[in-house]
Amino acid sequence: MTTVNEPYVLNIGPQHPSTHGVFRLRVVMDGEVIRDLDMIVGYLHRSMEKLAEERTYTQNIPFTDRADYLAAMSNNLGVCLAVERLAGVEVPERASYLRVIFAELQRIASHAMANGTLVSDAGAWQTPLLYMFREREKILDLFEMTCGARLTTNYMRIGGVAFDPPPEFWPALQELLDEMPARIDEYASLVVDSEIFLARTRNVGVISAADAINGSLVGPALRGSGVPWDLRKAEPYCVYDRMNFEVPVGRHGDVYDRFMVRLEETRQSVEIIKQAVAQIPDGPHKTDIPLALRPPPGEVYGRVEGPRGELGFYVVSDGTPAPYRFHIRAPSLINLSLLREMAVGVSLPDAVVALGSLDIVVGDIDR
Amino acid sequence: MPAGPHQLDGHRIAARLGAALPGVVTRATQEWVEVAPERVQDALRWLRDSEEFDAAQLSNLTAVDRHTHFEVVYHLQSLDLNQQVVVKAIVADHEAPSLPSAYPVYKGALLQEREVYDLMGIRFADHPDMRRLFLWEGFPGHPLRKDFLGIGHGQTSGLQRFPNEDLANRDRMMNAGNLTSQDMPREAGGSMASGGH
Repeated sequence: MTTVNEPYVLNIGPQHPSTHGVFRLRVVMDGEVIRDLDMIVGYLHRSMEKLAEERTYTQNIPFTDRADYLAAMSNNLGVCLAVERLAGVEVPERASYLRVIFAELQRIASHAMANGTLVSDAGAWQTPLLYMFREREKILDLFEMTCGARLTTNYMRIGGVAFDPPPEFWPALQELLDEMPARIDEYASLVVDSEIFLARTRNVGVISAADAINGSLVGPALRGSGVPWDLRKAEPYCVYDRMNFEVPVGRHGDVYDRFMVRLEETRQSVEIIKQAVAQIPDGPHKTDIPLALRPPPGEVYGRVEGPRGELGFYVVSDGTPAPYRFHIRAPSLINLSLLREMAVGVSLPDAVVALGSLDIVVGDIDR
Repeated sequence: MPAGPHQLDGHRIAARLGAALPGVVTRATQEWVEVAPERVQDALRWLRDSEEFDAAQLSNLTAVDRHTHFEVVYHLQSLDLNQQVVVKAIVADHEAPSLPSAYPVYKGALLQEREVYDLMGIRFADHPDMRRLFLWEGFPGHPLRKDFLGIGHGQTSGLQRFPNEDLANRDRMMNAGNLTSQDMPREAGGSMASGGH
């Protein structure tokens, strides 16, 4: 009698902790090794780009909260900057500083989520995740204080921000900034020195710099491979050109480097917020724009460095109050371009960690 | 029009690209360069490998339905030189649009072209995995096309006018204290309580 190794087809998801949302992987296994992988997405598709063509530019801002629901502020900022460039709207200086403060707070919150769930994928059940959520919770409280919402903030407006933060915001922010560096050291001590974490993440999911560039990877996924590309440095928007900060990069392009890039970026974000708080001027937080803003016919590709990388908005105007075409360049989707190449030939637990290190948000993938 | 801060002039790209690959460039504007659709792979490969443009990364790929034809837009990025190149290809056949895939040049086109195929219906030849991305295989039509909801030729979908524009402006003036409710004309129909007879 002969034994035949038949391939085994395994469905991961759509509801599964390691897929970080309604995201399905269909994996062909040979024992513990992946032979083929197919991703099935679209469970969260809400046709935002079609809906946007029937709504005004301002009415489209709340949609972007629901695209990448872990980084609503960054999405708000991206769409506002794109439309402002298209329509030639000036933004008051105070609003630009407030945008930087909230975008960086959002980056800290989003990286806490990304790193926490990655550690969870690697087997450290919930403890590090909950430690990182402690500070994320305080950031969400700051958001709630300012705009009334914690996740779907809808805070930025074309021409500025919706509200000036209340007086109690500033001491609460200062308290958070003072304790953050020690907290980040605490996260690092929980995870980075752990032998199990090193074994699970070192030399796993390696992406070379050339592949990362050719595969359109952006954000920490690209910087983890050693490419120092950050739109806050390359195309400074808002007041990032006045901020002094570094762009951390990895050396090996593995899961560990991507984790460390996010951790270091959190430190840099704290530094940026401190500088912004020190420099922020008084003044209006918003310019008045017409309710039915009609940008001149034309097109614009505006982009920001979101927590997951280059977040682009390609907006085409035909001179009416609604965009003719409204495309969101979603970093979560495009960062998956190399997933199949990364996963084929490695064991299933390694592929789960590699997927976790790409930091996908399914709302951003499907839109 | 508002080009990006490091976006290169389309005329300059057209001059160099046209000299290297005769017949590839069909049109150029200040913002972008239009290439012949059947030679889009050649143009992208030349831009990627050229030392002057160094378009190493395909940062964005999408399409626009112009009613009679499609525009496929490629935003290319040089990470070393920090400059952006915008390339467009016009797909003239609106009924059965197809275009060579950018995947042989940029692996990052894999999912972006699947998205364009799913939502716009443009088929990319040489793509290794030309399936729908978000919608299920039996879904009728491609929803981002302008004619998807049955809007006839010559009409456009989208708002021509903000529906409550006058009403909203009036509310804003009232809030600013310029007008009082006495200045406003009575609305026909009245409130729900009085409209019940």
